[in-house]
Amino acid sequence: MRFPVWRVGVFLAAAVWPLAWLYQALMNALGPDPGKVLVDRLGLGTLILLLITLSMTPLQKLTGWAGWMAVRRQLGLWCFTYVVLHLSGYAAFILGFDWSQLGVELSKRPYIIVGVLGFLGLLALAVTSNRYSQRRLGGRWKKLHRLVYLILGLGLLHMLWIVRADLKEWSIYASIGAVLLLLRVPPITRRIPRLLGRKVPSATKA
Amino acid sequence: MLIKIPKSSDCRESDVTPESFYLSRRQVLGASMAGLAVSSLPRWASAADAARYAEVEPGKAPSWFTEKLPSIQWGAVTVKNETITPFKDATHYNNFYEFGTDKGDPAANAGSLKTEPWSVVVDGEVGKPGRYALEDFMKPYQLEERIYRLRCVEAWSMVIPWIGFPISALLKQVEPTSKAKYIRFETLQDPKVMPGQRSGFALIDWPYVEGLRLDEAMNPLAILAVGMYGRELPNQNGAPLRLVVPWKYGFKSVKSIVRISLVSEQPKTTWQSIAADEYGFYANVNPTVDHPRWTQAHERRLPSGLFSPNVRDTLMFNGYQDEVASLYAGMDLRKDY
Repeated sequence: MRFPVWRVGVFLAAAVWPLAWLYQALMNALGPDPGKVLVDRLGLGTLILLLITLSMTPLQKLTGWAGWMAVRRQLGLWCFTYVVLHLSGYAAFILGFDWSQLGVELSKRPYIIVGVLGFLGLLALAVTSNRYSQRRLGGRWKKLHRLVYLILGLGLLHMLWIVRADLKEWSIYASIGAVLLLLRVPPITRRIPRLLGRKVPSATKA
Repeated sequence: MLIKIPKSSDCRESDVTPESFYLSRRQVLGASMAGLAVSSLPRWASAADAARYAEVEPGKAPSWFTEKLPSIQWGAVTVKNETITPFKDATHYNNFYEFGTDKGDPAANAGSLKTEPWSVVVDGEVGKPGRYALEDFMKPYQLEERIYRLRCVEAWSMVIPWIGFPISALLKQVEPTSKAKYIRFETLQDPKVMPGQRSGFALIDWPYVEGLRLDEAMNPLAILAVGMYGRELPNQNGAPLRLVVPWKYGFKSVKSIVRISLVSEQPKTTWQSIAADEYGFYANVNPTVDHPRWTQAHERRLPSGLFSPNVRDTLMFNGYQDEVASLYAGMDLRKDY
């Protein structure tokens, strides 16, 4: 396996947050409503991990370093882990395991519906993230995993509909997401210059 | 002896030392220390009152407040079978968007607010309009302690011992004309000390505006508060003067009031302007009318632990049905939410 230290470092960096938050919650350092704080942080963590995962390919193109791609799958799976924790926290601390209420929420609240759709998307990507699925799905694997762009849109919409009075934070994440999506547009992708490593032949005229 | 309110046990009102004993203790102490105590009495008295509740951070009370402290009618309105929210939670978990949208922002940022000197403008359909210095504004009023449930529209709740006076007493002072149908309140607008008002992304059109129908304002439960937990209001809780309407969602209880107007038309309130389908003018606590984005049937009574979530059913009019339901007789509360 290449880049073992880098991979382990990324693993630890992603794992440390939920553990630290749980510790804070147990130490009563999250205030009087720790369940809500945990759910909010895990939700935001999911979005941030999704943005980080999506920046691996552009970073690889930019720098030519293969290490970015070596951790892309791991980061995607961390994103899925966070969303599972986010949903578990929602079920436990907000719903209080009242499943009949979940039915009501699912049929009435657009932001919950959008969130669940995003989760189902991430679930599909996580399940097919292994090598076996890649081989089995062949060319369709890449198409399926383009779902991630849609999931990013759903996640941002989910967050937008939760905002009550100030769009600043949301605007920051939405702009980063927009830049990462723009970098996927072929004419723009071709123009990403390599800062390190060998020079690529100048881009063909679009 | 300090009266400590335990954090999570069910402290009943009957557990609280009756006021007569409390006061007689003061007399005994006062008599035994007669000569010596006279000069230091005000400070000593205020220290004793703040100690009515556990772990209350002492503030710097303005002199008009300290002068009124000894005559406060403690426990004028109380709640049965409810635990009072710890002071720390009531002062570090706040919605006061002028100071930021996170729950901890008001406690972190409101220190810059200068509440002395403070003036309040009274205008509109009143016989005695004017701009009053807060100490003059407060002169006519006898302060009472009111222990109320506070239900936030976000589905969490607290129990808070306020110190204030009924709005009806204010209305008697300012003499509304026959045209006055509503009372409108306005929060301070000062972007220099209020970071939330500097944000270019805020959906709120400052200043924050709230209002009540005149008969709602006349209800004895509706108060203007100047203190809580036996002391003056901390800045993050809306110092120096705020509204408290316990049967309505918390956002009705406008903070740091600089202007009170009697008006003939229903005022356009801040949250109505942002999302009229989510926040109505009345905003009465009502478990049967959901917020479009979440249910209002339950609430998290704070503090709500991670492994012992304190979730309970929300009560109609936040449990003040007997006192206020008649105000809304004949109204469709699904339409007038």
